[in-house]
Amino acid sequence: MDFLTSDKLYGLIQGAYVIAGICFIAALAGLSKHETARRGNQAGIVGMAIALVATILLALREQQLIAEIEELTALVGDDENLGRGVWITLLLILVPIAIGAVIGAQKAKTVEMTGMPELIALLHSFVGLAAVLVGFNTYLAAPQELDAAHGVEIFLGVFIGAVTFTGSIVANLKLSAKMKSAPVVLPARHWLNLAVIVISLVLMIWFMNSAGGSEFIGAVPLIVMTALALFLGFHLVAAIGGGDMPVVVSMLNSYSGWAAAAAGFMLGNNLLIIVGALVGSSGAILSYIMCKAMNRSFVSVIAGGFGSDGGSTGEARDYGEHREVMADEAADILAGASTVVITPGYGMAVAQAQYPVAELTRKLQEKGVEVRFGIHPVAGRLPGHMNVLLAEAKVPYDIVLEMDEINDDLPNTDVVLVIGANDTVNPAAIEEPDSPIAGMPVLEVWNAKEVIIFKRSMATGYAGVQNPLFFKENSRMLFGDAKDRVEAILKALD
Amino acid sequence: MRIGIPREAWPGESLVAATAKTADQLVKLGYEVVVESDAGQAADQPDHVYEEAGITVVDRATAWSSDVVVKVNAPTDEEIGQMRRGATVISIMAPARNPELIDKFTDAGLTALAMDAVPRISRAQSMDVLSSMANVAGYRAVIEAANEFGRMFTGQVTAAGKTAPARVFVVGAGVAGLAAIGAASAMGAVVRAFDVRPEVAEQVESMGAEFVKVDMKSEVSSDGYAREMTAEQEAATALMYDEEARNADIVITTALIPGRPAPKLITAETIAAMRGGSVIVDMAAANGGNAALTVTGERTVTDNGVVILGYTDLAGRLAAQTSQLYGTNIVNLLKLLTPGKDGQLTLDFDDVVQRGITVTLDGESMWPPPPVQVSAAPAAAAPAAVAPAEPKKPANPMTKVYAAAGGAVLFGVLAMFMGDQLLQQLTVLMLSVFVGYYVISNVAHALHTPLMAETNAISGIILVGGILQVGSPNLLVTLLSVVAILVASINIFGGFLVTVRMLEMFRKD
Repeated sequence: MDFLTSDKLYGLIQGAYVIAGICFIAALAGLSKHETARRGNQAGIVGMAIALVATILLALREQQLIAEIEELTALVGDDENLGRGVWITLLLILVPIAIGAVIGAQKAKTVEMTGMPELIALLHSFVGLAAVLVGFNTYLAAPQELDAAHGVEIFLGVFIGAVTFTGSIVANLKLSAKMKSAPVVLPARHWLNLAVIVISLVLMIWFMNSAGGSEFIGAVPLIVMTALALFLGFHLVAAIGGGDMPVVVSMLNSYSGWAAAAAGFMLGNNLLIIVGALVGSSGAILSYIMCKAMNRSFVSVIAGGFGSDGGSTGEARDYGEHREVMADEAADILAGASTVVITPGYGMAVAQAQYPVAELTRKLQEKGVEVRFGIHPVAGRLPGHMNVLLAEAKVPYDIVLEMDEINDDLPNTDVVLVIGANDTVNPAAIEEPDSPIAGMPVLEVWNAKEVIIFKRSMATGYAGVQNPLFFKENSRMLFGDAKDRVEAILKALD
Repeated sequence: MRIGIPREAWPGESLVAATAKTADQLVKLGYEVVVESDAGQAADQPDHVYEEAGITVVDRATAWSSDVVVKVNAPTDEEIGQMRRGATVISIMAPARNPELIDKFTDAGLTALAMDAVPRISRAQSMDVLSSMANVAGYRAVIEAANEFGRMFTGQVTAAGKTAPARVFVVGAGVAGLAAIGAASAMGAVVRAFDVRPEVAEQVESMGAEFVKVDMKSEVSSDGYAREMTAEQEAATALMYDEEARNADIVITTALIPGRPAPKLITAETIAAMRGGSVIVDMAAANGGNAALTVTGERTVTDNGVVILGYTDLAGRLAAQTSQLYGTNIVNLLKLLTPGKDGQLTLDFDDVVQRGITVTLDGESMWPPPPVQVSAAPAAAAPAAVAPAEPKKPANPMTKVYAAAGGAVLFGVLAMFMGDQLLQQLTVLMLSVFVGYYVISNVAHALHTPLMAETNAISGIILVGGILQVGSPNLLVTLLSVVAILVASINIFGGFLVTVRMLEMFRKD
């Protein structure tokens, strides 16, 4: 076992960490473009493999060193057990990894693309849980050697991890409709949150100074704080409605990164810090992009309760009457158009309509109609959700455009199909300064010659705002389940 | 019930109220449909086309004795005489200008429905015959003008010299005006247009014309039609009409005020000042005309060589298409009047559309109907001045520099009290945050979901913590570590594999 204890191996492991860190940066950089995305993902996998092998070697090396010390102490009659030995340790590492791999692969293979937001939220909760456990372990391994800096690191790591854990679970439940997506608003909820944070700070000071007392006394503030943080995570996300989930999921993504970075500080492991910082800033930027797309400040989203307070729903206006259209008429209109833009929203995901929509796209293209998609940044429940759904249905990504790319072309478009979108195509955002969504950038579909809106009923969207688009002269409503209606149009086109 | 489609009696009328296609749709509503022999001859609908569609071709008397008679123009006295008492007649009849016609209907005990009285609300657009015919007429007006005009519409630079584009001035941006603008600009002319309703400027521009502005106040139309202007407004616009018409090669006028004679907009003096060879198409000729020298239904040439077309049958000059559109309007109306699709015509006076078109009911005058407000208008009544977004204070560029400098100094002070290891870790953290910021900022929106799955997988690196702790002699620590390793590896494998799966789906044709 000289190999494990050599200084050269230690250098190699640290070098491997640097390489792994670079691989992760390359992975994220590669994901910025479709052309390089796959290579980026491969870089990530390679980086992870290097990091895992290096870390396992590092753990085994420590066990080997401990074993050698034990041999020496045994000679002087001290039988204290300092470690679990190289082989047992290896087994304890590989078995859970293997189990986790099977579960993870199973999830990845079976998840529906419409269920992607739930899965991602669930995965965030695992990172949060792991961060909590690692934090507890760091404390439990050496409760009496706790210094102030270390105390702060552990405390922060556990706190962020716990908030991420319960927050992600609530997000997962809301997204999978196992919990009502409407905001759960407790009385004085902002004070409640503030109280949790203040109490946690007091507990942190107690925890930092616990080293001199009885052996595990520090566990008391740590456990109380964990319980409070678990409640905070639950309460924060429960107060946020379903439509703000893109922001929440990216925010939790960010938190999971910071939790990993905090673990890196506890363990003095640079790789964890690098990765945590990358993921943390990635999630933060995504949340920022999402907030900008809704013209709302990050604080107002996180404070939650959108649509249930503020009382600024705008005066009720009389927009006149809407016009209906039947599937066969819609088919005629589409067949006669030369340019069609489809703007999908969460409703398309709910109705699982992406396959018929893709089929419709192909059919219209065969007839020589130019079909493109316009995606609003917050369409769906996850950043980029619509793109993934359309890709799943094999819609080529070069006809799927962003809001800014398509808005200027809409006046020259013959027909716009609005499938399951509402607030993201609401002209009130531009035309009515007193509207709750005023100033939010929207897809200006009403500039097209004809707009056909697929909708279940005349109900309002997430923001609870009536949509004057439905009453415009050039728009028609096609009522019913989006999937059924698109299939009816397909039939009529044959 | 039987629907009769008679031949139009007006001399030169080429339209028919139902083509074989729309007649078939009427049959689907449960009606028995008969058509007078030769009714559709001039609209490319000879008798055999109807017969092939299963419609019976009958003589004149049979068609007129039907329960419902559907035609284009108002019936003549002789035709009214042929109808049974209690029967229904549907046609264009301009009831507001023809009170004597209403008397004739009441005397004959008829129910009369006026297609041109359909209120201008969104729901009734599919039966708005004025719009559908005006659209065709506007297009045809340009064609007639081009035919009379001695030059090409489009400007060209050729080896034989340069030709200027024709200048077209369109008065009134209703359906006809917009159609004329579209046709003329498609042919390459330079088009200018005016309407007393300033809110239509956007529509005019969208059709490719320039909107002529007159400095004056105007009220927003609440019933979808233009109103006659006040005296001072008129003075300001008269000047503009004169100037625009003198500069134009082609003038197309479409100004109508419902229930009143058309306003005289182009005076005799203006016409006298126009260049020879210019053309005026007066689409308001049926109501007296917008130009002073218009002769209804005629082509006239003035002394200075200006051609004035007062045709009233512009839509009829595209008979096949107009008949099809008119027939579809009729079908849409009868769909509304036949809710049971059982061939039984019923009138529901709670519906503003049905009430609005009813001129007489079983010999009793129902005219005029209560006014209908187009409900789209009220919102425009309060165009709350869009509050300009709070002008952002121009950020002092130095503020950022000061903030950065302050932050740097603060960090330096803190660094003095930090341990070596902590400082080194902070260095790594900060550099990574910045690297992450710049790398992620470039990610395409479409790839945000794969990006999240990828970062998810990468943040599974927290399992490093578990691996390093699992060998601890403390059983609790070992157990917690095993759990941490397990959940984190679900993350790693699940995250990477799902990213692979998603990226496989993104493809390009």
